[in-house]
Amino acid sequence: MENIIEIRQLHKSFGEVKAVNDLSFQVRKGELFAFLGVNGAGKSTTINILCGQLSKDSGTVVVAGADLDTDPDPIKRELGVVFQSSVLDSALTVYENLRSRGALYGITGKAFEARLEELSQMLCFGDLLGRAVGKLSGGQRRRIDIARALLHKPGILILDEPTTGLDPQTRKVIWDVIAQLRKDAHMTVFLTTHYMEEAAEADYVVILESGQIAAQGTPLELKNTYTGDFVTIYGQSEAQIQALKLPYEPLRDAWRLSVPNTGEATQLILSHPELFRDYEITKGKMDDVFLAVTGRSLSGGGEK
Amino acid sequence: MTAVKAMLRRNVKLFFKDKGMFFTSLITPMILLVLYATFLANVYRDSFLSGMPAGITLAEDILDGLVGGQLVSSILAVSCVTVAFCSNFLMVQDRANGTARDLGMCPVKPAVLSVSYYGATLISTGIICFAAMAACLGYVAVTGWYLSAMDVVSMALDVLVLVLFGTALSSVVNFFLSTQGQISAVGSIVSAGYGFICGAYMPVSSFGSGLQKAVSFLPGTYGTSLLRNHALGGVFSEMESQGIPGEVLASMKDLLDCNVYFFGTAVSVPVMYAIVIGAGAALLGVYVLLNAHRKRS
Repeated sequence: MENIIEIRQLHKSFGEVKAVNDLSFQVRKGELFAFLGVNGAGKSTTINILCGQLSKDSGTVVVAGADLDTDPDPIKRELGVVFQSSVLDSALTVYENLRSRGALYGITGKAFEARLEELSQMLCFGDLLGRAVGKLSGGQRRRIDIARALLHKPGILILDEPTTGLDPQTRKVIWDVIAQLRKDAHMTVFLTTHYMEEAAEADYVVILESGQIAAQGTPLELKNTYTGDFVTIYGQSEAQIQALKLPYEPLRDAWRLSVPNTGEATQLILSHPELFRDYEITKGKMDDVFLAVTGRSLSGGGEK
Repeated sequence: MTAVKAMLRRNVKLFFKDKGMFFTSLITPMILLVLYATFLANVYRDSFLSGMPAGITLAEDILDGLVGGQLVSSILAVSCVTVAFCSNFLMVQDRANGTARDLGMCPVKPAVLSVSYYGATLISTGIICFAAMAACLGYVAVTGWYLSAMDVVSMALDVLVLVLFGTALSSVVNFFLSTQGQISAVGSIVSAGYGFICGAYMPVSSFGSGLQKAVSFLPGTYGTSLLRNHALGGVFSEMESQGIPGEVLASMKDLLDCNVYFFGTAVSVPVMYAIVIGAGAALLGVYVLLNAHRKRS
C-alpha cells in the first residue's frame, strides 16, 4: 500500500523547547492512523506543520506526492481538518458557513448545492441548514465541522480530538460516518484522540513523547510489546490462585492474573489444567500501552 | 474573484449579525450625541455668543446652525474611524477563535483574505457612516439648514475619504492584534482617544500650543477640519451675508477648526484632502507590505 503522508526528520523548536525533534513516520493510503501523546508532546505542532500553518525548522513533509515546501496548494486540497473546537462562524447559518467555505475551494452554484445535498444526507443535517451555528448543540456542531472538512472531497481527513466532550450516541454517529467514508471513498484518517478505545480501532498508532516517537506499531504489536495478557479465572479460591505465584487482582466473581504474553498463558493452563475450568484470556488495552510507554494515562478525554 | 466575493459577503454579514461588534461601533456616535445633548451644545452656544464683539448679535437660527454643523461634523469625523476599527476587529476575532486557521487551510492566496477584510471593512463602515450622514443631515434640516448641494456632496466626499483612511489605519493596527483582550483595549482607546486627538470632542484650537503642533502631524485632524468646513460653510456664508465682519468670521473659523495651521501656516482644503488621501494610501501600502512579509510563526 502506498504512503500518502511521509514525514522525515522533522524538527521544530520554540526558543529552547524542542516541540518536534527528529520525527519521522509514514501514513498509508486509506488507513486509520492514530497519533497519540500527552498535552505538549508535539501532536498539534506536527499537525500544524502538516497543514502548512506553521513553518518547520528542518525536515521533509510530503503529502500525496506533493512536497510541502515546493508545492503546498495540492496539499491543501488533499487535507480536510476537523479542529479540536469548532471554527465556523457562530453568527452565520449552517448554509452560509458552508457556502462561504465552499467558495474558497471554488465550489459554487450547482456544484455546491449538489455537494451540500450529499453531505447533509450523509451527516443528517438537512434540517439544520437554516440555523445559526452558535445555536447548535455540541453534537450537531461537530457534524457540521465534519461536513465543512469534507466539502472539497479531501483524500485525508485530519481529526483533532473530534469526539472530546460528546455524548456516546453522537460519538457513535460520527465514527459510523468516518467508517463509511473510509469504506466508500478509501479516505485516509489521521486521528488524535484521548479516547484509547478509538485508538484501538486504528490500523497504525504512533505515540509521541517530548516531540519524538516513543512507540509505534499496530495496536496488536503495541499490546504485545508493552502489555502482557490477562487470564481471568472463575470459580477458584484465593489460596489456589496464590499458589500460582503470579501477580493477580480480585474481581467481583473471579481472579485476574497478569502474564507476560499469550505463550506464558498457554503454558500456565497446560501446567494447571485443574484450575482452568472456566476462564478467559484477554490482551492488554491501549490504555495499558499508553501508560507503559509514557508513564501517564490518557483515558476518557484527559491526561492523568 | 469568487473567493473574494464570498469572503466579502461573509465578513459584511458577520459584522451586521454580530450584535457585539455592530453596537460597539455605534458607541462613539452615541457618546457624542449624549455629550452634546447634556452640555457641549450649551457650552459652544455660550462661547459663540461671548466671542462676538460688542454690537454684533447672532440670530438664534444661525446659532443652531453652528451648533448643529459642529455636532454632525464631529460625529462623522469620529465614526468614520471608530466604525472602521470595530468592523475590522473581525480580522482579529478570526485569529482569536481559530477561524483564521480554518480559512488558512483553504487553497487561496493569503492576499484574498487580506483584501476581503479590507473590502468588507470599507463596505460596512461606508454603509454605517453614510447612514449616519443621512441621519445627521436630517438633524441639520430640523435645527437649521444652511447647506448647499455642493456642501452635501463635499461632505459625502469627506466621509468617503475618511472611511478609506479609517479602514487603512485599522487594517494596519489590527494586523498586530490576536486576542479578544487586545480588541477590547484598542477599541476603548480608539473610541475614547481618537475623538480628542482629531479635534472632534474639543476643537484643536482649544488645546495648548504644544499639543496643537503635535496633532497637526495627525491626518485625522485634517479630516475633521474638512467636515467642519463643509458642514459649517453654509452657516458662515449666511453670517457673511448678514453683515458679520470678516475678522469675526475668521476668528470663528479658527475657533471651530475650519482653519487648521501647520506650524503657523494655514492648510488649505485641497491640501487637507491630499494629506488624508495620502495618509490612507500610505497606510494601505503598509498593510499590503505587512501581509506580503507575514511569516508563518
